[in-house]
Amino acid sequence: MGELAAEKHVKYIVSVEKKKDSFEAVVMEHLRLNGAYWGVTTLDLLGKLHAVDVNEVVSWILSCQHESGGFGGNIGHDPHVLFTLSAVQVLALFDKLDVLDVEKVSNYVAGLQNEDGSFSGDEWGEVDTRFSYIAICCLSLLRRLEKVNVENAVKYIVSCKNLDGGFGSTPGGESHAGQIFCCVGALAITGSLHHVDRDLLGWWLCERQVKSGGLNGRPEKLPDVCYSWWVLSSLTMIDRVHWINKEKLVKYILDCQDTENGGISDRPDDAVDVYHTYFGVAGLSLLEYPGLKAIDPAYALPVDVVNRIFLRR
Amino acid sequence: MDDSDGEEAAGQAQRRAEWSDVTPLPQNDGPNPVVPIAYKDDFTETMDLFRAVFHAQERSPRALSLTSHAISLNPGNYTVWQFRRVILEALNVDLLGELDFTQSVSNGNSKNYQLWHHRRWVAEKLGASSTSKELEFTKKILSLDAKHYHAWSHRQWVLQSLGGWEDELNYCDDLLQDDVFNNSAWNQRYFVITRSPVLGGLKNMRESEVNYTVRAIIARPENESSWRYLRGLYKDDNVSWVHDSQVSLACLKVLSTKSSHIFALSTLLDLISHGFQPSREFIDVLNALSVQDSDYDLAETNDSDLAKTIFTMLECEDPIRANYWRWRKSKLP
Repeated sequence: MGELAAEKHVKYIVSVEKKKDSFEAVVMEHLRLNGAYWGVTTLDLLGKLHAVDVNEVVSWILSCQHESGGFGGNIGHDPHVLFTLSAVQVLALFDKLDVLDVEKVSNYVAGLQNEDGSFSGDEWGEVDTRFSYIAICCLSLLRRLEKVNVENAVKYIVSCKNLDGGFGSTPGGESHAGQIFCCVGALAITGSLHHVDRDLLGWWLCERQVKSGGLNGRPEKLPDVCYSWWVLSSLTMIDRVHWINKEKLVKYILDCQDTENGGISDRPDDAVDVYHTYFGVAGLSLLEYPGLKAIDPAYALPVDVVNRIFLRR
Repeated sequence: MDDSDGEEAAGQAQRRAEWSDVTPLPQNDGPNPVVPIAYKDDFTETMDLFRAVFHAQERSPRALSLTSHAISLNPGNYTVWQFRRVILEALNVDLLGELDFTQSVSNGNSKNYQLWHHRRWVAEKLGASSTSKELEFTKKILSLDAKHYHAWSHRQWVLQSLGGWEDELNYCDDLLQDDVFNNSAWNQRYFVITRSPVLGGLKNMRESEVNYTVRAIIARPENESSWRYLRGLYKDDNVSWVHDSQVSLACLKVLSTKSSHIFALSTLLDLISHGFQPSREFIDVLNALSVQDSDYDLAETNDSDLAKTIFTMLECEDPIRANYWRWRKSKLP
């Protein structure tokens, strides 16, 4: 079996971060904050957080903040909870949460909760369990979870549970590994995992492993490295990760590396990107691959970063 | 230069003339711009113009058409969509045109949250008059990708908010006839039988649905989705699950074609763990099958031993999940 080309991946991420004139960078401009989270978290898992300039990143993040308290995907863009969580996560990585006006940011996020407990992504009101997770994770990292109605938030998530034990984006929506991560993650953060049918969901999740060792996100779909994160983190949170074949999954992820120029792709021999590089490395971290920092399956941040937030004061 | 290049250049020239009064606003790359943008193509030019218009909050017909162009270049840009809605509201534009617009965007790439969110915003404003258009729109997209998550979400929203349930069960059937492994169609089927106001709910539908599902299972027993659907039909009703002979007979029938079908074995174990007691005859049939297959010996007398043997089969047949099956075996009384 090959090995993780850690140094190549660091080089790749740093080069993407610098390339603002490439076509990819121009097209990705609107979600650069998400990209920063994927890239910087990967660097930290690889023990190379300071390959990027802290001050440069922090001042850029702050200039993405909108007067409402939320963050846009880049400077001058409209705020959305998706980018707000990325901003908080990246600042947490650098131990710079103190640059934030915590009340302002948390008020923005808390203001997105609806009567039924669900969350909208922004003022335009799109509702999705992704936003429940994002809001809950963000408020918890800011230690302001009390600003929302947690009981209703949990009720809404539970209303999205399906017959297979999984969760969808809205009540009745098909189970999907990405949505399952969001729902299980939000339930884990709020101490509500007793609402999950662990054995039923665990079986559905471990059925996602296909012969090649990779994981898919729904029945009969192709495997993709990103599900190494969505499925594995969910299995970890419900304590069922040993139900899949870990060795085969490690091999699958390593097979998706570009060992020459760095980066990880969705499937072997496809083009690499930062998104899949993050999910591959994060998946390997959950699989306890040597040399990687441990990652927290609910907060999607290295365990030492999460501990720093919750064990301080 | 081919025709499309020519059209593009003409469009660009026209935009330049139309916007000669506005100073484009380049993306601010933060306090330490590393590399200045090295080239000016249509994309950069359009976005620079958009930033200027957005900054000035210009709500005009030309700004609306600029958002159309910006969206065609990058349908993922969230701010452009939002500003488009601001303009549509300010100008009080007839929203029927937006249905065509979103349709044309979806022809390029329909896996895009902004597109669907916009479509829903439009349909919500148009109300029940758009029901059939929305059902047709999603149907068209699902005909290209029958598991399209956004299309299914939108369709469920349409049914619940605007109606149109009457033909939905038939639609699920059409899709399952095309591909019985389509988990999205099974999910929609469950959505319909549990939520449709015209069908009377799960209990009312159970008998006919069990028949339907058992037929689907026997045709393709290796289908995870149909087995899970069958189990879902007995949600919160383990007594019926155990006592409905249709379920155990379906297992037996499948196992009689090949004794190692994972989902059939798993379902049989689920039945046993909930109190199903296979008759002597049932065990004899199973025994005969395992002898035919000769790898396993089911010649045991009680249920617990039968279950243990079945688990051993599952561990061998599905090695990638051996730990899961071992765990279930350990839960046996």
